Amino acid sequence: MSHLAETIQAPIQTTPAHDSSVKTSTDLHGKVGKTIGTPFVDDPRMTCRDVDVFYGEAQAINKVGIDVGCNEVLAMIGPSGCGKSTFLRCLNRMNDTVASCRVEGEITLDGVDIYHPDIDVVPLRARVGMVFQKPNPFPKSIYDNIAYGPRIHGLTGTKGELDEIVEISLKKAGLWEEVKDRLAEPGTGLSGGQQQRLCIARAIAVGPEVILMDEPCSALDPIATAKVEELIAELRTQYSIVIVTHAMQQAARVSQRTAYFHLGSLVEVGSTKQIFTNPRHHLTEDYITGRFG
Amino acid sequence: MQTGNQDTPFNKEFNKRLKRRYNAERRFKRLGLLAIFIALGFLAFLLSTVISNGYSAFRQTFIQLDIFFEKSYFPNEDLARADYQTIIKSTLREQFPEVTSRQDKQLLYSLVSNGAAFKLMNMVVKNPKLINTRQLVWVPANDDIDMLMKDKIDMSQPESDRRIKDKVFSWVETLASNGRITMKFNTTFFTSGDSREPELAGILGAAKGSFYTLLITLLLSFPIGVAAAIYLEEFAPDNRASAFIEVNINNLAAVPSIIFGLLGLAIFINFWGIPRSTPLVGGLVLTLMTLPTIIIASRASLKSVPPSIREAALGIGASKIQTVFHHVLPLAMPGMLTGTIIGMAQALGETAPLLMIGMVAFIVDIPGSITDPSAVLPVQIYLWADSPERAFTEKTSAAILVLLAFLVVMNAAAVLLRKKFEIKW
Repeated sequence: MSHLAETIQAPIQTTPAHDSSVKTSTDLHGKVGKTIGTPFVDDPRMTCRDVDVFYGEAQAINKVGIDVGCNEVLAMIGPSGCGKSTFLRCLNRMNDTVASCRVEGEITLDGVDIYHPDIDVVPLRARVGMVFQKPNPFPKSIYDNIAYGPRIHGLTGTKGELDEIVEISLKKAGLWEEVKDRLAEPGTGLSGGQQQRLCIARAIAVGPEVILMDEPCSALDPIATAKVEELIAELRTQYSIVIVTHAMQQAARVSQRTAYFHLGSLVEVGSTKQIFTNPRHHLTEDYITGRFG
Repeated sequence: MQTGNQDTPFNKEFNKRLKRRYNAERRFKRLGLLAIFIALGFLAFLLSTVISNGYSAFRQTFIQLDIFFEKSYFPNEDLARADYQTIIKSTLREQFPEVTSRQDKQLLYSLVSNGAAFKLMNMVVKNPKLINTRQLVWVPANDDIDMLMKDKIDMSQPESDRRIKDKVFSWVETLASNGRITMKFNTTFFTSGDSREPELAGILGAAKGSFYTLLITLLLSFPIGVAAAIYLEEFAPDNRASAFIEVNINNLAAVPSIIFGLLGLAIFINFWGIPRSTPLVGGLVLTLMTLPTIIIASRASLKSVPPSIREAALGIGASKIQTVFHHVLPLAMPGMLTGTIIGMAQALGETAPLLMIGMVAFIVDIPGSITDPSAVLPVQIYLWADSPERAFTEKTSAAILVLLAFLVVMNAAAVLLRKKFEIKW
């Protein structure tokens, strides 16, 4: 995979990698120039090149190029309306449901273009799972919430296998101990944090490679948030995770790499440590120091 | 509380304004209550009128005749073709030997209903052993006698203005003193079809007609309406054609129902050749009429399903149709059922389009299937309300009560279904 990344990377990455003096001057409301930092990795799971997203005539995402590495948590931060959620939803083609939305550029998963006409979104979404801002369990039992995905994808032949998947998924999501005695009870009867972990378990149950999380903790209290963050750290060993968040501390806590979006452009990407301690773009600096956003 | 703030805006002026705000609230509440009481008052008035006019139709007057089934009345094998009218007439002459003139005899014969002969026929055909025996038989009285027994004829009027002459009145008194006239529960009303004779007219034909018609309407309009709503709401591309269809469906809901009757006449009867006056064609016409209502209600209830459920399903790789049928539809079902029941209630009470397709015909037979000519309840009410006989007035009200009972049963069924489908969590 790495050779692929290198070949694509070469012509685009023009910004010198370690020139910390570059604080590109840009107008806050104008175009943001080229991405600085290290958007591309050696061993990507997903690659995005020159991605433009339009809602009708309005451009929401402007020439974004970034990789999602294996077994990493990539956090996407930025002020409201900067396009980070829109971009996230391109990664499993959830934007297809929006009639006016048009995606240009190339996004690949394991080297395969996911916007190619031959690609079926149904298996794609099984491989790139998604967890939403508000916990949205189905109004069904806890068991059925988890079992629904494997059932529709035909992942299991027998009831025993299905039971096993449900148990493993709930264990991975750290929810098994709390719900094992009440699997038949409605998923909507759980607390907010439990519901969100149920949604994560639901996404895990279909065996994804990448899990997209769109502000997964914004509707949770601090204790539930801590649990979900803990879970994200554990899941990293098996999945690639892309998380959009408004809480910068959260990005700092859970992610290895951080991408800063501004007005539809990807401004800066770097290791989380570098972004939060030594941002190279003045917009990033302004945002993380709380000057706006 | 603070006391030293007499001059602050939070005192005098503020309190005055606060009082005005509360007064406005109270006024609004009172107006609302008033509106509800007025509506309830009208409803109570309507129901009490219908019930007070109609309850007497559930009882009917019967006259006891002491009938001798003489062998000579049954000359041939076919017992059904014997002259039962003559048997009744001779029985009446026997019971009132003082009546001699031809005119008076005619009056005497009119004491009992024409239906009495049918009753005797049924008895004899069922049990031929009755021939050459003497039986006490309760036969239905004529509608005028029935009205007299129900105190609906004013005997203080001059004789020439009354339907009941003095002679007849005296015969009825004789019968009453002998215990040969009585009021019984009116089973005829619930077991027979329409008739020119009020005492023989029943609601069963119209009720069955309504049942079959509604069955057709439900079986066609619910699946078609729900499918159309799902397609328009979930699958149709957002373009001019869809917008055009949507506007037209909304307009169709407002089209006068008689237009649908004309359409049915032109297409279902004249073009397709479906027999007129049948529940089949009635159901088809009412389907056309009900569809817009069901589609609009179903779309509204699909729209009200939270998008997060759709996203959840799509997000784990459910296809569009799985998302709709596994997750959205179950949540939208209660709303769809409500819309359907509103449409069905409308269809149940609909008269105008059915007039156009011949369901206003006078039909005595009780329909046995969807292709038998039949009436429906609202048309039956219309027909009876139009009849001159005094006795049809109470039948009309009674038929309205049956129609209301139909509605109540349908609504109850809908509530039960909705409870069953409603997801409680």
